[in-house]
This record gives sequence, C-alpha cells and structure tokens, in this order.
Amino acid sequence: MTDLSTRIGELRLANPIMPASGTFTEDLADVFDLSILGAHVLKTFTAEPRTGNPTPRVCDLASGMMNSIGIPSKGLDHFLTRALPFWARYDVPLVVSISANSSDEFARLAEAVTVPGIAVIEANISCPNVEADGRAFAVHADSTERVVRGLRSATDLPLWVKLSPNTGEPVEVARAAESAGADALVVANTVLGLAIDVSTRKPRLGNVMGGVSGPAIKPIALRMAYQAARSTSIPVIGCGGIATLEDMLEYLIAGCAAVQVGTATFQSPTTMQRLLAELEAWMMANGIRSIAEIIGTLQEAGDGVLSVDVM
Amino acid sequence: MSMVTPLGHGSPRDSFLPRCAEVSVRVERNDPVNEEYRLMVLRAPDAVLNCSPGQFFQLLCPVAGGDTPFLRRPMSIYGYDRAAGLLQFLYKVTGAGTRGLATLREGDMLNVLGPLGQGFSMPNEWRRLMLVARGVGLATLAPLAKEAQRLGRSLTAICSARSPELAMSVELFRDCGAEVIVVTDTDGSSAPEALRILIEDRIARDGVDAFYTCGSSRLLRLLQDIGARHGIPGEIAMEQQMACGLGMCQACVRSFREGDTIRHRRVCREGPVFPIAEALA
Repeated sequence: MTDLSTRIGELRLANPIMPASGTFTEDLADVFDLSILGAHVLKTFTAEPRTGNPTPRVCDLASGMMNSIGIPSKGLDHFLTRALPFWARYDVPLVVSISANSSDEFARLAEAVTVPGIAVIEANISCPNVEADGRAFAVHADSTERVVRGLRSATDLPLWVKLSPNTGEPVEVARAAESAGADALVVANTVLGLAIDVSTRKPRLGNVMGGVSGPAIKPIALRMAYQAARSTSIPVIGCGGIATLEDMLEYLIAGCAAVQVGTATFQSPTTMQRLLAELEAWMMANGIRSIAEIIGTLQEAGDGVLSVDVM
Repeated sequence: MSMVTPLGHGSPRDSFLPRCAEVSVRVERNDPVNEEYRLMVLRAPDAVLNCSPGQFFQLLCPVAGGDTPFLRRPMSIYGYDRAAGLLQFLYKVTGAGTRGLATLREGDMLNVLGPLGQGFSMPNEWRRLMLVARGVGLATLAPLAKEAQRLGRSLTAICSARSPELAMSVELFRDCGAEVIVVTDTDGSSAPEALRILIEDRIARDGVDAFYTCGSSRLLRLLQDIGARHGIPGEIAMEQQMACGLGMCQACVRSFREGDTIRHRRVCREGPVFPIAEALA
C-alpha cells in the first residue's frame, strides 16, 4: 500500500501536493475535483479592499511568466462571509494567505482569521513593508523576525511563513522565521524581474517590475528550499517552477515535506491532478511505500571531506 | 423599448459553470484564407463542443522556430459543430503564439482548454439584430450569425476592414441570411462618422433591437453613443491579456461602469461578453 500522506508539523496532509497562493480559486473546481489535493491554499488577501495593479498584469517569458497582479483583494469581511463558506464543502485543510503593510496590521489580520474552518495561516511576507521604506519583510532577518513574532502572538493556528527569493540572506531569514515561531516555511515566492518591449520601449507590465515564476526560476527556488531545509528544523514546503514529476521529486529529495504548484496550473489546469497520479505510480514502480522515504534524501557528493582533499 | 438585462450578467461569481475541459485534439486543416488570416479546423471531442457564440478557448501554442510561447493564448471560437465533431478558429499571425499555431499541419495535435467564459445572449425581445465589427473581430461574431439564423432573427452585418478583400466572414454572414454591408478604409466608409450615418439610417428605416460588436474601442464608443440615444442595448466581446483563462490569476481585468461606480471584472470569467453600456473603451 502506497502512503502518499505527509506531515507538516501537527498537520497531516493526504498527499504533498497543494496549489501555490495566487494561482488557485474555486474556479478550478470546473476542471477537476479539488478534494484530491493535499491542502487548499487561497489567494492572498488583505484586511482592506485593494484594486491591484494597472494592466498589463502578466507577460510571457521563454520559460515562465512574470506578473504584477498587485494582490487585488475584496477585504476581510468579504473573505469571511463570501469566500470562506465555499471551502467548507471540502474535507481538505484550508490554508489562508494573508498580507499586510505593517507588523501590527499583519497580527490583527491573523487574529481575525483565526476562526473555525481555517487550518493554517500562510503569511505572505514578500510584500512591501511600509515601515521599512517599501522593502519586503522577507528580505531581511530582523524584519522577518519582527513580523513573525507578531503573527505568532496573534494566533494559535499553525503558521506557515512564505519566504522571498529576493534576499541575499536566505538562511538568516529562514532561521529568523523559525526562531520567531513559524511552524513551517514556504520556499519560495516569485523572483523580481523586468521585461521591456523594444519596439515601444515600454515595460511589458503596467507596474514596470514584476515577479518571475515558472520553470525559469526552479533552480533558484529549489536551492533556497534546500538551504532552508538544512538550516532549520521545521518543515519546508517547496514552491517554484514545479510542473513535472521530476520537479516535485527534486524538491522532496532536497528536504521539502510538501510542494506547491502555481504557474504550471495556469499553463495546464490539470497539472496537480496529473502530478498526483504520476507520484503514486512512480512510488509503486520504485517500491517506495511512503513520502518520508523520499524527503531529505539528497546524496551529497562525498561528505564535504573529499572536496577539501581535492583542493 | 425597455432595456433588457442580458442573460448571465447578474451575479458573475455564482451564476454559471463553464464545463470546460483540457484536451489534445487533432488538426484537420490549418490554411491561409487570405494574406492575413488562417483558418484552423480541429477534430474535437464532445466534451469541449458544448459551446455558445462569443465563448473562447485557451490554446497551448506550440514552441516552434525560436518562439517559446509559455502561457496559453485566448482565442474566440470561429465555428463549432457538435454533430461533425469540429471546432474552428480564424486567426491572424501577430506574435509568438500565433506564429507557432501557423506551423501546425494536418495530423498534428494541439492542446486546447475550453469552452471558457460567457457568450452572447439573445433574449426573445431582440428580433432585429445588427452586428458591427472589424478585422478579426468579425470571426468572433461568426457563431452569433449562425445562432441568429437558428432562432429566426433578422441580422444586418456591418463588416469593416482596411480593404474589401480583407473583410472577414462576409460569405458566412450571407449564408446565414444576413444582410451584409462592407465598409472599408479604402473608400472612407469605415470612418466613425460615415458609420454613424449608416447605422442611424437603418434604425430609422427598419429598426434595430440590439447591437453586437467585438474588440474595437472606436466601434464601442460609437455604439454606446447611438445606443444611449435610441435606447438600444447590446453586447460586446472584449479582449485582455490573460494567463489562466479560468478566473484564478486576476490578470485580465478591465474596468466597467456599475451605476455610479467603476468596477473591475475579469474578461475570462465574467466576460468576455459584456453589456455595451457598461464597458469602458
């Protein structure tokens, strides 16, 4: 019997496949049965309504896409009264992704969504922090520590912290989130980028810069997930460019306990359904009975001594 | 006449299920029809042929000749035939996605997702229909002409193009029993003021119950103005850059007038067809 389940702290998921925030709404229920997923991760919302960024909001890249959607949000009240009831029909852990402009706002929103029906809060700390001149919380360890500490004190729900690849100190940021009380890390988010239409000399996104996602960023996000997994003792959920079975296995082998699939769903809305079937078939074909037999099994070249000898 | 509330524009999020599917289908033909446009005919399963006029598909365009389209390309349906199992698209090669499409040959496979979005409505009160469109927008309105014929409505099709030979769908509209009027840039008859006179004349002579159009901001503004003046409703199929096509990514929003407020709606989900009076050019 193949056991696809995985543990994220206290929470057991039926399988390690879930959507990445911002790429999943009830609209996907038109394509396949969403009850097969390991968790439901909703689009980030803010306490107050936001309209989002000017169009164009997406552009095509050679091996992925770039977006500057800008977190359009209908606000907390709409979420609690209109969005939340839809998900109660599924017996799948519900992960709500929240964003705010300051540590205090983040904490207040976390408290407000600590309600029945919600299994996990995912804090999208990759958004600009108005207290830090617009720099994202997740860029530095100290701002990460401060915002996560506030969130931790505001809710008893499991707290997943979504980290940004747009930092020069990924290990310090991961450790800061852990020490401030994160139950798991989601690694990573989009990579800040720019694309220009040379015929018009205009940026290809209305907001000028945007977040690159898809296969183009997989090695970057995978590296960062690996760094986070080996430098902390909390579960890491890999996210970035996963489109194939091999992509997913790489993240698990690198130390991730689960994965999030995002941009691939835009290209092919049945991706998660397909990956789930392929994972099970691969485990059976390879005599692997549980996900735990895959997680964190990277065979590093030698043990580090060899490279010292060579040098 | 009183304004009719078109079907399906009530409460967008809850009002419908698109019943779409992602399938690989066989290319039956993919040939130029004139110097700018190509017609692609696909052998499609019934699961994706429950279409209505104005709906669209998301096509996973092939990577070819140095082009690497990543996201699907939205394309309105030119024709669908459930009995024959055929799906048709009429397109102009304009970028990486359509250049890839143009490389497909008979027997090749293409991954399509659809049908998507909300199509045109045709309430009983709308007996005398007028469609006004230009260029590839005429392809979007082709299935509407067939539906008008099926429902026994009269149709006047004003087909605008740069030159007469580029006026799309003219034969198809004639075959559907429509009165076809071709207006062109070449002789100046496609200019908004010339069109206004033409349309006003038809309204005075025969009466018009509803307008249909597609894409062009210039035609939208003209029909909004004439429609408001004469109390004639209508619908427009709109375009916007998309990623998912299902409503998840929020990329394809446009602004719409709702009473005194301006609201964003998703072209892929609440649209692509919207009331002409609410659309902002």
